[in-house]
Amino acid sequence: MNVNLIGKHEKDPRACRDAVALPLKEMMAEDKSIVYVDCDLMGCINTKQLVAAYPDRALQAGIAEGNAAGVCAGLAAAGKKPFLHTFGTFASRRIYDQIYMSAAYADLTVHVLGSDAGVSAAFNGGTHMPLEDAAMYLSIPESTVFDPCDYDQLEGIVRQLPGITKGVTFTRFVRKDVIQVYGEGTDFQIGKGIVLHESENDAATIITSGIMVDEALKAYEALKEEGITVRVIDMFTWKPLDEELVVKAAKETGAIVTAENHNVTCGLGSVVANCLAKNRPTVQEFVGVQDEFGEVGPQSYLMDRFGLRAANIVEAVKKAIARK
Amino acid sequence: MNEKNLKVLAAEIRLETLKVIHSRGFGHVGGSMDLADLMAVLYGEVMKYDPKNPRWEDRDWLVLSKGHAGPVAYATFGLMGFYPMEDAYTLNQPGTKFPSHTDRKLTPGVDLTTGSLGQGTSTATGAALANKIDGRDNHVFCVIGDGEADEGQVWEALHFAYAHKLDNIIYFFDNNGYQLDGPTADILDHGSLAKKAEGFGLYTQEIDGHDVKAIYDAIQNAYAKKGVPSCIVLNTCKGKGATFAEPKHDHSSQPKEDQWQEAIAAAEQALAEIKNA
Repeated sequence: MNVNLIGKHEKDPRACRDAVALPLKEMMAEDKSIVYVDCDLMGCINTKQLVAAYPDRALQAGIAEGNAAGVCAGLAAAGKKPFLHTFGTFASRRIYDQIYMSAAYADLTVHVLGSDAGVSAAFNGGTHMPLEDAAMYLSIPESTVFDPCDYDQLEGIVRQLPGITKGVTFTRFVRKDVIQVYGEGTDFQIGKGIVLHESENDAATIITSGIMVDEALKAYEALKEEGITVRVIDMFTWKPLDEELVVKAAKETGAIVTAENHNVTCGLGSVVANCLAKNRPTVQEFVGVQDEFGEVGPQSYLMDRFGLRAANIVEAVKKAIARK
Repeated sequence: MNEKNLKVLAAEIRLETLKVIHSRGFGHVGGSMDLADLMAVLYGEVMKYDPKNPRWEDRDWLVLSKGHAGPVAYATFGLMGFYPMEDAYTLNQPGTKFPSHTDRKLTPGVDLTTGSLGQGTSTATGAALANKIDGRDNHVFCVIGDGEADEGQVWEALHFAYAHKLDNIIYFFDNNGYQLDGPTADILDHGSLAKKAEGFGLYTQEIDGHDVKAIYDAIQNAYAKKGVPSCIVLNTCKGKGATFAEPKHDHSSQPKEDQWQEAIAAAEQALAEIKNA
């Protein structure tokens, strides 16, 4: 697996949303079975160009997300590969029964794209802030759940989605500014975590994803300054979890810290904890939103407010090491 | 269209529907029996299907959005040769392929999974959209309960079908006037379902849901209407032909064995009378 880590904490000049629209435009040219359905939010992720290119296969369901999810299930039953986009809150809470019963239970694959992951909902505020979206999808049998960190990783996932033909998929992503973590040529294998830093002397492992990857890399550097080396894993696939990698990290480092842009209840921390409890009980600290509702404000404020910073990870690592 | 043959088929479907539910002893008799005439017209005359290849790509689709009417579908599919009729006498038994609510993973002939009310209306619409994209010469028939029409999702789907000009789908409202807690007018009065559907832009007809010729004619009218989806409101009698369920229009029935025997005997007699008419 080729990994080209940039990790300079610099913003990618590309808008992350284009990592959905641009590859989909290419993919739909080749694969006529892909159908794109949106709920009056095409303008938010630049997918109107899909309607212009493929008017019969890229369409509006309007502000009626439950119906949109059902329509996608019906499309799948008739042999299509439906991609459904709306904001993360609607893509999870609002359409849960439709996704669960009409699609997943009925053995129909729908690829759900939930934009504005976690605190990136920022100025749309608490009403629009999905902090439990992944939790809902994790609990659907046969589902696949992604929390990508940057443009290239999101594009890598989108390009692989049509290859998933069992279960529903859920990809939560940030629309706008993201820190560029990876350079060209990185392989993103579904279900495989990416080790960003490791050494023989790692005192703990940070398992993270999404916007928290860059915070974890900053935490790695801060800890290194203090003489503490840690392993860092980008676990962009939350389900199926790369259990082998988690257990290996637990064996070799003896302490785990998870960091997620999501409620720590039933998120990445929880699936990692499940894995550890089953295979190798290990001390674990949970960085993420501590069972609170979201609120309005700039993303930078919200990351401070909810404890989603490198400093929070550093503190959690020290606590975990002390508990070993 | 041979009206008598369809009437005979409807009587056969009623008898088998009773037998299917009797095999478990209880179930959704009312909302199954009232659809026998529609099912006879669809599977006896109108629909394209292949019992040996239930997922044939150019088939017509049936979606019972009121998924609890599963037994009338199981009876019909059995009579049409999708599987031996006796298979369906395992309704709701452990490991059965015939659950209360229709399930595309389990039963040959079932096109979409339904049960959570309102949802089948959207999935049927999605199937119609896919068929339209692929330019197939087929139709989707979606059956919605009048109680089910309380669900907002039903109307979202109709709105979508209108906006996308899906003239390859027909929505039937099984307007039997009753839902679980009583008359629909007392639970959450709809006023006129036909007027509502018309208001949503659908080509709408309202007919006697037990008149096989009227059903057949209405479907032909719908076929002829291009550019808009169709709606056919079937005025029906919940429990039609089940002696224990029809008088009170029961939603779910748990008759005693002697009541079952009386109902099955009455259905057998009704079938014989129609055959000899």
